Amino acid sequence: MEDQELESGIVKKFIYVNRKAPHGTIYAHEALEVVLIAAAFEQDVSLAFIDDGVYQLKKGQNTDGIATKNFTKTFGALEMYDVEKLYVEKESLEERGLSEDDLSVDVEVLASSDLKKLFNESEVFFNF
Amino acid sequence: MKFGVLINEGPYQHQASDTAYKFIEAAIEEGHEIFRVFFYHDGVNNGTRLATPPQDDRHIPNRWTELAEKHDLDLVLCVAAAQRRGMVDEDEMKRNSKDANNIAGKFRISGLGQLIEAGIQADRMITFGD
Amino acid sequence: MLHTINKSPFEKDSLKTCLRYAEKGSSVLFIEDAVYACTKGTIFEKQISDNHGNISFYVLGPDLEARGLDNSNLTNNIEIIDYKGFVKLVADNEKTQNWL
Repeated sequence: MEDQELESGIVKKFIYVNRKAPHGTIYAHEALEVVLIAAAFEQDVSLAFIDDGVYQLKKGQNTDGIATKNFTKTFGALEMYDVEKLYVEKESLEERGLSEDDLSVDVEVLASSDLKKLFNESEVFFNF
Repeated sequence: MKFGVLINEGPYQHQASDTAYKFIEAAIEEGHEIFRVFFYHDGVNNGTRLATPPQDDRHIPNRWTELAEKHDLDLVLCVAAAQRRGMVDEDEMKRNSKDANNIAGKFRISGLGQLIEAGIQADRMITFGD
Repeated sequence: MLHTINKSPFEKDSLKTCLRYAEKGSSVLFIEDAVYACTKGTIFEKQISDNHGNISFYVLGPDLEARGLDNSNLTNNIEIIDYKGFVKLVADNEKTQNWL
């Protein structure tokens, strides 16, 4: 069943808050599916990766051995969908011994004190 | 106000569906409108017609159907999540050559666009999940 | 802004993350298993008390009752509300962030 694109003219600031690790549960995978579908609605979209969510963007993930779909490759396609505002929380990266170099896509690394500002500017919050 | 509700967990497994139900009930009593209730991830399992919980426990899918009938609620199961989890209505049964369907009354299956539309059109969007 | 937390703070660090983001003037509501964060004598009592004055804390009464908790040993300055109060908080706040 195909959805019709909504022609309301309303543009809201959406933020997708990703806090769960990939692969152990489906939340990260199905959250990304929302982002891809949502791209057709021409809203103002930001993705925030906080806590274990930062692991979703880690380089070099290979799920062949666990026989699941490696959906994380799709993060590389977000740019094609004009979803370019990806923010990763600095504290979450550091707690996990990671740096921006460990990530597979271009992101902006922000301390929570700065990521808070994004929250304040956002209107619709999606958590999965 | 118009509320959009997102439910990410299945019935019984997690309290999300119960909390959402109580929230929606209270919102309606307070005169608010429920724009849509969207079920995602395992939340699509709230729409099964085939649950047989113990008689001394709440019947979660039936409870949703009854609330929807009473207040004309729009209960939407995400098609992608539903396909993954074997939640099938008559259209999906024909489209995907399945030999049965199992959706409870007042639930409909539709795309993720319905969730985004709720985010755009509702005054408030709230998520119940794990 | 309204923040809700639903997981037990002993199971998941959503409360810790929430408090990084809850600004002065915001509201935090504990529901479902998160209500365990609201009892006196837990390691979370101080986190909540330290933020009193900046943040308004609420807890969903029916979830407390379900878990055998009540007013008698609740951390100070947490207001017990019902589902109608929950609805009111959502309506009164322009934004809601649900920390799962």
